[in-house]
Amino acid sequence: MSESKHIPQTAPQFSATFDPYTLSEIRRAAATGIYDIRGAGTKRKLPHFDDLLFLGASVSRYPLEGYREKCGTDVVLGTRFAKKPIHLKTPVTIAGMSFGALSAQAKEALGRGASIAGTSTTTGDGGMTPEERGQSKTLVYQYLPSRYGMNPDDLRKADAIEVVIGQGAKPGGGGMLLGQKISPRVARMRCLPEGIDQRSACRHPDWTGPDDLEIKILELREITDWEKPIYVKVGATRPYYDVALAVKAGADVVVLDGMQGGTAATQEVFIEHVGIPILAAIRPAVQALQDLGMHRKVQLIVSGGIRNGADVAKALALGADAVAIGTAALVALGDNDPHLEDEYRKLGSTAGAYDDWHEGRDPAGITTQDPELAKRLDPVQAGRRLANYLSVLTMEAQVIARACGKSHLHNLEPEDLVALTLESAAMAQVPLAGTGWIPGKPL
Amino acid sequence: MCGIVGLLIKNPALREQLGSLMVPMLIGMTERGPDSAGLAVFTAPLPQGRRKLSVFAGYVAGGDRYDWQELVSALNQDLHAKAQVEAKGNHGILSFAIEPQTVRQWLQGYQPLLKVFSAGRSIDLYKDIGTPAEVAARYGFADFQGTHLVGHTRMATESAVTPDRAHPFTAGEDFCLVHNGSLSNPYAIRRMLAPHGIAFDTDNDTEAATRFLEWRLREGDELKEALQKGFEVLDGFYTFLMGTPTELALIRDPFACKPAVVAESDDYVAIASEFRSLAHLPGVAHAHVFEPAPEEMYVWKV
Amino acid sequence: MESLIFDLAATPLREINQFLHQEAPARSGLQVTIENPNGAHAIAAGLNAPVQVTIDGHAGYYAAGMNQHASVTITGSAGTGVAENMMSGTVHVQGFASNAAGATAQGGLLVIDGDAGLRCGISLKGADIVVGGSVGSFSAFMAQAGNLVILGNAGEALGDSLYEARIFVRGTVASLGADCEEKPLGEAERAILADLLQRAGHGDLDPASFRCYGSARTLYHFHVDNAGAY
Repeated sequence: MSESKHIPQTAPQFSATFDPYTLSEIRRAAATGIYDIRGAGTKRKLPHFDDLLFLGASVSRYPLEGYREKCGTDVVLGTRFAKKPIHLKTPVTIAGMSFGALSAQAKEALGRGASIAGTSTTTGDGGMTPEERGQSKTLVYQYLPSRYGMNPDDLRKADAIEVVIGQGAKPGGGGMLLGQKISPRVARMRCLPEGIDQRSACRHPDWTGPDDLEIKILELREITDWEKPIYVKVGATRPYYDVALAVKAGADVVVLDGMQGGTAATQEVFIEHVGIPILAAIRPAVQALQDLGMHRKVQLIVSGGIRNGADVAKALALGADAVAIGTAALVALGDNDPHLEDEYRKLGSTAGAYDDWHEGRDPAGITTQDPELAKRLDPVQAGRRLANYLSVLTMEAQVIARACGKSHLHNLEPEDLVALTLESAAMAQVPLAGTGWIPGKPL
Repeated sequence: MCGIVGLLIKNPALREQLGSLMVPMLIGMTERGPDSAGLAVFTAPLPQGRRKLSVFAGYVAGGDRYDWQELVSALNQDLHAKAQVEAKGNHGILSFAIEPQTVRQWLQGYQPLLKVFSAGRSIDLYKDIGTPAEVAARYGFADFQGTHLVGHTRMATESAVTPDRAHPFTAGEDFCLVHNGSLSNPYAIRRMLAPHGIAFDTDNDTEAATRFLEWRLREGDELKEALQKGFEVLDGFYTFLMGTPTELALIRDPFACKPAVVAESDDYVAIASEFRSLAHLPGVAHAHVFEPAPEEMYVWKV
Repeated sequence: MESLIFDLAATPLREINQFLHQEAPARSGLQVTIENPNGAHAIAAGLNAPVQVTIDGHAGYYAAGMNQHASVTITGSAGTGVAENMMSGTVHVQGFASNAAGATAQGGLLVIDGDAGLRCGISLKGADIVVGGSVGSFSAFMAQAGNLVILGNAGEALGDSLYEARIFVRGTVASLGADCEEKPLGEAERAILADLLQRAGHGDLDPASFRCYGSARTLYHFHVDNAGAY
């Protein structure tokens, strides 16, 4: 008797090493001969604040009542040398993002939202726009290697100056603004021909190293008559040394950007493979400040992957004085919104994954210089959304701080935290939950 | 990152002022290097059979009042070294008539916390943490006499602020180097040198460069040959100033990001990271002031 | 003309710069001399009025940095970044200039009588620089607009990654950087050069004795065959 036997087949299996994304990238590289350039930050899974938990008050400690019992959120930045330090109502600031990377409407919306919330916004590569200065109560002026749009009049109009040495998405690298975004106005501000690829330098043209940085900071202070705080921004790689050297060079504020920080455009290989997560960077940075006796005297702003009030509270508990948001602020303005799904599909992407910010075709009108697209963003409404979001971040951080019995966000401390994983325990230098064990330290 | 200074006196009448001319040079580089400072001075060489070590007692408890005479007595008793010492607080210049290596080993057993900063017939080396003014006052740099010296002020980059990580660094005998900049391949150089039996005292990048160049000199290279190999092997940013008993030598990497200025007159050659350290020198207004070119070797002979 | 002398050996830099920023603008035509600069940094940085300043000696880093409207003369040498990001006015270095002279300058005229170091006119954004001597390597790196005139020789990689700035060289060029090429010295270039030579005190030189360099514009849009130049 013959029986037709069904032989089970093994299901097709993709390689974990050569997964479909990797295969598509190899094909893309082979077809074009150029590395992948994109915007946004790292997309890989990284040790992050999620693996930390707060120890709320219970019997041994007592919480504060919401609303009635005050929990302060204000922060003063730049108290070391500047005659006019920055006073903010919330420790959540807006990170540097350039006009060029973003539309003028988006820059204006950032200024509006930050001003309502009582915090600062920051220029980027390409200079200061009147829209941005006009709408930002407190504006930090970035001083970058390319010096695109760098103007001493704007320097004097700024409330603080941020010397950018690196950013988390690409420490050690320069930017790349492709021709599509070099509109007539961007070109004019940057002294470039319209429509050509713009390469940004990775190193400042007139100084190298902390000994020269000290002299550069002196020059900036002299030009602005010692009024404005000088921030120094570094991408997180060797935070202990870099923060210590920024302090030795005379910084009033150090900005430390983890690898989750976004970018308008850079090589994917840079975004995903250079730098360290912010979780791993804060403790060495704070250690450097403490070793120099400068913790809280030179303020530390951290950024890279801050999404909610818990992240804010955790960053502050680990020793930061404030945080900065970039990607999250763009999402609050309307970036990658599902209501634009059809348009993201047309661009070969999907809402939430769109990262071709360098191409300037952003249907949300944010990462573009196309006047028609940019018009889609209403700076007033978008600014309101950002203000709302900033308010939520602040209130969420307050909720946690009150639960820990703190009358000010700055009284959060590492001992209020425990870790869920070994790696986050080691990186944040807090004990594994339920134990007293901090990896690398004796019990 | 740092400030470097060097001074070579051509006019014998000025040799008594070597130290006093140098101290303002060193202090002028305070902002570039506030963490620590050091100085190597080249004196008339000891007779052929004698050697000296610059020994640092700062890691020994009470090292500021270290009993150097007791050390000399013990050394003479144990090894008949005909040793003498010239001491300034925690620094002792120990001279003797036996092999330096024998004395180094003996010191290890006698007091393991003592550090040998230099060896040779001509070089004396002082370095310590503190501002340049403090370090200069601590060891009386202003009183130093001689033909030439090499000095440094340090802003530590990636290694700790400790006396032994201050510059100048030395290797072998009568060779020292100071550095402004940072190397990007110091660990590769260490690994390359280790199989040649070369050991390191610190984790400082500058020590890697110093030991590499001294190794080339010991292998028979002329100074210029050794420096040429340095250009090929040492990656990163650097201005190096080096001293031997008869020469000062200066090189800058091809990018020359770290500064250097030279003032040369009939009386002296003075080198510093910036002109502000040269401004006080006598007759500097009429000296030939210039910036050394990248990838060029500048060697000034006594 | 009203003139004032400051002695930097006796008066702090802060006081002198504060005066130049806040009081000098009201005193039109004021001539200020700063004696004993001795290599101090940021002397006369951030000026924003048509004052005349003479720095009598050697200046340190960033002398006349970000200059606007003022006319600054340095009788000695200038340290790193002289007239960096200048917007307008004139800066005249009678000795040599160190690295990154006129870096990112957007307007005005920088005249250097002696040599200039590496990266002279790096990221130049519209200013004019005339160097009486030679310039070091990587000069006019990524220069975007403006003119760099070199009476002597140029070092390695002149005009690397050049945008729309023009470079005029009378002597030899050790090597050209990526995307920099010799261009014809046309009528328009000759006129620009003649005017700059005149203003820099070299009016006796024949513009025809210079060669002109500019961008080959092959890096303006990415092409795989040029990837090595990035």
